[in-house]
Amino acid sequence: MRIHPRYIQRGAVAILGSATLLTILILIFIIFFVLEKGLPVISLHFLTDNPEDMGKAGGIFPTLIGTILLPLLALIIASPLGIFTSVYLSEFTKENNVTKIIRFGTDCLAGIPSIIFGLFGYIFFVVTLGFGWSILSGGLTLAVMVLPTIIRTSEEAIRAVPKSYREVSFSLGASRWQTVKKVILPNALPGIVTGVMLSIGRSIGETAAVIFTAGSSLRIPTSVFDSTRTMAVHFYILAREGISAENAYGTAATLIIAVLLVNLSAYWLMNRFIAKRN
Amino acid sequence: MKLISEKGVQRILMLTAFSAISALLLIALFILSEGLPFIFKYGLKDFLFSSEWQPNLGKFGIFAMIVASLWVTFGAMIVGAPLGVACAFFLSEYVPRYIMRIIKPTIELLAAIPSVVYGFIGVMVLAPIIRDNFGGPGLSLLSASIILGIMILPTIISISIDSILAVPQSYREGSLALGATIWQTITMVTIKASKSGIIASIILGLGRAIGETMAVIMVAGNSVNIPHSALDSVRTLTANIALEMSYATGLHRQALFATGVVLFVVIIILNSIASVAIRKRMVKK
Amino acid sequence: MAKRFLLIVTTLSLVAIMMGCGKGKASITMAGSTAFQPFAEKLADQYMITHNNVIITVQGGGSAVGIQSANSGAAQIGMADLVILPQEAKDLTATIVAKDGIAVVVNPQNKVANLTSDQVRDIFNGKIANWKEVGGGDIPITVVSREAGSGTRSSFEQIISGINLKKDALIQDSNGTIRETIANDANSIGYVSHGLVNEKIKPLKIDNQDCTSDEIIKGNYKLVRPIFLLVKGNMEGEIKNFIGFVLSEEGQKIIQAQGLLPAK
Repeated sequence: MRIHPRYIQRGAVAILGSATLLTILILIFIIFFVLEKGLPVISLHFLTDNPEDMGKAGGIFPTLIGTILLPLLALIIASPLGIFTSVYLSEFTKENNVTKIIRFGTDCLAGIPSIIFGLFGYIFFVVTLGFGWSILSGGLTLAVMVLPTIIRTSEEAIRAVPKSYREVSFSLGASRWQTVKKVILPNALPGIVTGVMLSIGRSIGETAAVIFTAGSSLRIPTSVFDSTRTMAVHFYILAREGISAENAYGTAATLIIAVLLVNLSAYWLMNRFIAKRN
Repeated sequence: MKLISEKGVQRILMLTAFSAISALLLIALFILSEGLPFIFKYGLKDFLFSSEWQPNLGKFGIFAMIVASLWVTFGAMIVGAPLGVACAFFLSEYVPRYIMRIIKPTIELLAAIPSVVYGFIGVMVLAPIIRDNFGGPGLSLLSASIILGIMILPTIISISIDSILAVPQSYREGSLALGATIWQTITMVTIKASKSGIIASIILGLGRAIGETMAVIMVAGNSVNIPHSALDSVRTLTANIALEMSYATGLHRQALFATGVVLFVVIIILNSIASVAIRKRMVKK
Repeated sequence: MAKRFLLIVTTLSLVAIMMGCGKGKASITMAGSTAFQPFAEKLADQYMITHNNVIITVQGGGSAVGIQSANSGAAQIGMADLVILPQEAKDLTATIVAKDGIAVVVNPQNKVANLTSDQVRDIFNGKIANWKEVGGGDIPITVVSREAGSGTRSSFEQIISGINLKKDALIQDSNGTIRETIANDANSIGYVSHGLVNEKIKPLKIDNQDCTSDEIIKGNYKLVRPIFLLVKGNMEGEIKNFIGFVLSEEGQKIIQAQGLLPAK
């Protein structure tokens, strides 16, 4: 028996459509589950008070600081490295074996599980270099982790700058570096910023790599050699140890809102970038 | 005025360009130097193919965890791959572009949710459902597979959509003009042209599933046990490292780094396959 | 624009570096046993109120990390909760600062209230697999244990003796997660630090002895392990002062108020 293609078509629409619907429902469920339980907990006090009794009561202020400082440090280190790498790959060299190796290395780095970064960060930054569990160790580990994301997105952004821009710049007698500085980077900036923002999102949510390198101290850090606790780690500890479900949900909600804000602004920048180019 | 010559700039840039690869080498060096001596001392065969993991008795066999990692990843694929690929085709072939442009980033947001939140939802919502309806401890292979399956959806959907959209519009138009339905066009034309990209997306999802740690620790139950059913509790390679690292000394600690070595090698192999697949797609373009 | 970006990056890095130079106070890092971590935090907080020239940072990590980091200098004070300290700790000065009971716990819905040591052993070995064999309902037992290397687990196994944990036992990596797992699963059995028992879980009598502070101090309840603070070499200066404070009446009171038992 042959089923008419039109019926198959309808069946396919139904199946594919419900798969899509399911995916979106799961997303909505996850976000609502956390926000519904967490939003009522969030208040100005929750955000600006110190935790008491290991987080059972009080706020999450130190973890907020940790969550800002770690990704910040990671970006300070990873952005210049990542952006320069992508400039080199796209503007200063032709495809050859060296670039192939660099690209392969970047791809591999991107795929390494965060627990391996955690092990590495612990043995290298914490123990071998003697930084201890600290913002510095955590930030450096995160920097290595987000480097490939920054390289890839920046490279795409740089390649998207029209050839003609470069040609005009060269014909005016500009050198390669001048062209990069004056023409390419400014035009690719929104795309680069998107990559940077996505990296922030990833480092904010990271737990495994951070817990082994930045520790989990709840005190407000006074130097980069102090240990700190990020919101993700705080949530993990609160939820796992059953310290306070309420504060755990509050922390998770704050975390999700922060991550969503960062990501939405990244997409907004990207869209503006695309719109401007067209 | 020029502070640095053009050549100098190029040299500096080249140096930075090696940052990623040197980081990779550094990671490899440190993980290997901590883990390999143990593997040589203990014996590769005993380490990989024994399922006796009793650190206090000096027994370090990770076979059960290798099996568990494979099952969990396989389970995540069964959940995530069909759903993700179906979603990708629906969004890129059936839905108007402007709607796709809204939904795709929304789905990508799933990737930005911290893995501990997924794990927590797995513990609070999924595990009780499984325990009450199917029996077993709830924290199991099944819950880990479902949670991981959901976690890899954004990776699969996003990369698949990109590679489906990369198929030239003229291919589709040709097929549609011959009277084929959209579904026939997908199965006969689009799938073939975007195959390597879709495979790459699945392999990358696979890599993410094998590498995920915190969510798995929370939902898998962590027994060192070769599972007999999907309701059994299991421990993955990643979970083994994160669970015991904090308490491990001496040989035990080295054995955990050796577990890391195994994981590292698996991931590098997977990535090489994926990057070959992606390259192929780029060459075609 | 690119220049401005670079400028921002440089400024931020400078700020980050400068932040590293603000140290004037004596700083002590404690790391190790997750069971003792909450107590250490409390003790440190109290101590810093009266000694504001000292900053004490408390890290978890586990007993092994405590021993390791005291040896390597990553922490000045290691915390360990083992019945017998391993070889690696032989160069460290160990001070018993508290004792901790290990409660065998079940879900409050469970009717079973008392087990003998032999029954506990058989349950964790998998010989007894159903609650009806020990006077409960006809439901399979879910055993929950700690990860290999945990101080609580090795103490538990040493005291009960002869335990060869059954393969499908769930493994959780802290007292808190064991408590949550037991609270969520009506069929389960596990063990946690006595100080962490709350209304969500039910401690069992072992050999007819209650797991209460009184019985533990009297020496009737058998599942008890010591908690050590480990210092490399001789104790000096602020480290000595702090450990002295922990052993003082005030410090021991804090320890007791939080559910642990005094060292002596």
